[in-house]
Amino acid sequence: MSTTQLLIRGGRLIDPLRGLDTEGDVAISGERIVAVGKAPEGFTPDQTLDARGLLVLPGLIDLCARLGEPGYEHEGMLETELRAALAGGVTRVVCSPDTDPVLDEPSLVEMLRWRARRIKSARVYPLGALTKGLKGESLSEMAELTRASCIGFSQADTPMTDTKVLYSAMQYASTFGYKVWLRAQDASLSRGGIAASGAYAQRLGLSGVPAMAETVALHTLFELMRATGCAVHVSKLSSAAGVALVRQAKAEGLPLTCDVSINNLMLTDLDIGYFDARARLDPPLRQSRDRDALRVALADGTIDALCSDHTPISADDKTQTFADAAPGATGLELLLSTALQFAADSGLPLVKALGCVGHRAAQAAGLPPATLEAGAAAELILVDPQARWRALPDALQSQSRHTPLAEQELPGRTRHAVIDGRVVWSAQPVATPA
Amino acid sequence: MTRAHNPQLNKNGELRHLLTPEGLPRNVLTHILDTAQGFVSFGSREVKKVPLLRGKSVFNLFFENSTRTRTTFEIAAQRLSADVFNLDIQRSSTSKGESLLDTIANLEAMDADVFVVRHSDSGAPFLIAQHTPPHVHIVNAGDGRHAHPTQGLLDMYTIRHFKGDFSNLTVAIVGDIVHSRVARSAIHALTTLGAAEVRAVGPKTLAPDNLRDMGVRVCHDMAEGIRGADVIMMLRLQNERMSGALLPSAHEFNMTYGLTPERLALAKPDVIVMHPGPINRGVEIDSSVADGPRSVILDQVRFGIAVRMAVLSIVASTESPA
Repeated sequence: MSTTQLLIRGGRLIDPLRGLDTEGDVAISGERIVAVGKAPEGFTPDQTLDARGLLVLPGLIDLCARLGEPGYEHEGMLETELRAALAGGVTRVVCSPDTDPVLDEPSLVEMLRWRARRIKSARVYPLGALTKGLKGESLSEMAELTRASCIGFSQADTPMTDTKVLYSAMQYASTFGYKVWLRAQDASLSRGGIAASGAYAQRLGLSGVPAMAETVALHTLFELMRATGCAVHVSKLSSAAGVALVRQAKAEGLPLTCDVSINNLMLTDLDIGYFDARARLDPPLRQSRDRDALRVALADGTIDALCSDHTPISADDKTQTFADAAPGATGLELLLSTALQFAADSGLPLVKALGCVGHRAAQAAGLPPATLEAGAAAELILVDPQARWRALPDALQSQSRHTPLAEQELPGRTRHAVIDGRVVWSAQPVATPA
Repeated sequence: MTRAHNPQLNKNGELRHLLTPEGLPRNVLTHILDTAQGFVSFGSREVKKVPLLRGKSVFNLFFENSTRTRTTFEIAAQRLSADVFNLDIQRSSTSKGESLLDTIANLEAMDADVFVVRHSDSGAPFLIAQHTPPHVHIVNAGDGRHAHPTQGLLDMYTIRHFKGDFSNLTVAIVGDIVHSRVARSAIHALTTLGAAEVRAVGPKTLAPDNLRDMGVRVCHDMAEGIRGADVIMMLRLQNERMSGALLPSAHEFNMTYGLTPERLALAKPDVIVMHPGPINRGVEIDSSVADGPRSVILDQVRFGIAVRMAVLSIVASTESPA
């Protein structure tokens, strides 16, 4: 069989990596882009996607998602969640190791990668557990896990209680140049908290997680980075004070990257309303000054990436009192729309704003960025920027249907996703072969 | 995002659930107090019943232990001629909240009209109100640290009974404010009813400065806190709080914040002393004050029944939304 030719015709091509924002076509032959702007002479596509009125972007990367596997294979969760990723424009998913069992065994990681490849959907990049069982006691086999394709090592949302173990883990990881992914949360100060400390939690009688839980942890982490030289990615920054510390640490030259979740970027603790369990999140939603600082930092690059913090949670686990409800929300399908909303709110041009779900996020993860360039692998999405929607349960593909962002109308919907030159997902039936 | 419509009120602004005094208009609160006034003399009558809730079923659902509050709700419902059912439901650690909504669904099938709910989680009655059909009414009998609205209202009734009006009053709430649903409900009711000054008095571990956001003046010095007060509301210090990371000992709490006769002399001469009970004598309050002439603690208990009768009769007669 000859190489398949795909033509994407007449879209607005935006590539934050190259600073490209132009009208044109993308010609794809086999797995690779052969031309951007105008199809080469004699290019005879087997398939054409009409991109008039649409944005054509490199596929997005999500630095924090849970895919339910291992743990929920029987529910076919990997299939649905990766489909949800594509619906959200996400072609690469970095998944955290807090699975059941925990991703601390090379065989589990290999199995996950094999299953994900077989599904032929969004790509999966696992983070291995930094410590065995995420217990914070003994180091996992980082070299073995790296060979099994882990791109870094993480404690997921479990705080390290033992600073000495963290110190060793960072020493060991930096020996081999592995990146350590951590939440900034002091185990003692965050213990028992279910909402951000502040006037609203006080009013509702919900026990609080102070912003200090983040800043104290960041101070510790930076000291350990200075001592070990270990590269660290801080996941899901939540406070203005935390942002200020990250800004200083980056100015100092520490090998630091970080991200913020779509929830903390868009919402505040007032969105808890009358104990709305959809807004039970980890990290908790903080005050508007925190949200404002996070937005500024994402816009100026202090925060490298925007992540979905996608957490599959069943309806039963959310239909609980605020304290008993499982923390987390669905997010993969909202990453694109939230990034577009952020672009609109920040006043940044799309080509600048979308770097936080594109090349900047890829670089933080140590992955080569997807790009719209002749010769590059064809990994891109077609997006209708005019579409507006609400993330209500019936509008979602994920098995997890709860998000506090459902209260807002959001811009943008993915129409097609292309990976390695193949249309892997379409919102509607694909256009007829040309 | 705009906050949802207050779930306690129907579209005519009438009270269909009582979940918290926060956000209730002043006229709703005074209507409850006025209605309670009509029930106060009831206890001394020969026939202590009215048929206002005849044929209605009131379920007391206590997911957290309580004898006093449950008993007063039971008496209130019986005096209104309702059929009363008491359920003490200990939360099992395995099924947790699941059993909460399952229990509610089961009881609904028994045609309940009113659920009186106590739960250790803040917000639990809101969850129940969301998952019950519109004709079922929820009365919060205490949820976590969040609210204890009937206690707050009986406190307001007591204050109004002795002081007449709220507008010139200085009210000092003393003790473990941060963990107290009684304090939160009192603060919201007092600010809505227009008290001149509400003070929260205690060490920074129990009365942190951010309580200011609720419209109170925070005092860490007991003398400053009760000086010139018209009303002193002492809170019960929970056993688990008496020694640990927040307080060193009950004895030291008594030394620094206990209501002694000497300290009481700093308040107005006609001050009233309140306490939601049960009292820790010699910890938050000395016996001579609790049993003394300024104490209205037993009046609070008496008024509590009338206030709960008022609340039950008002919510049960509120039409559900179309």
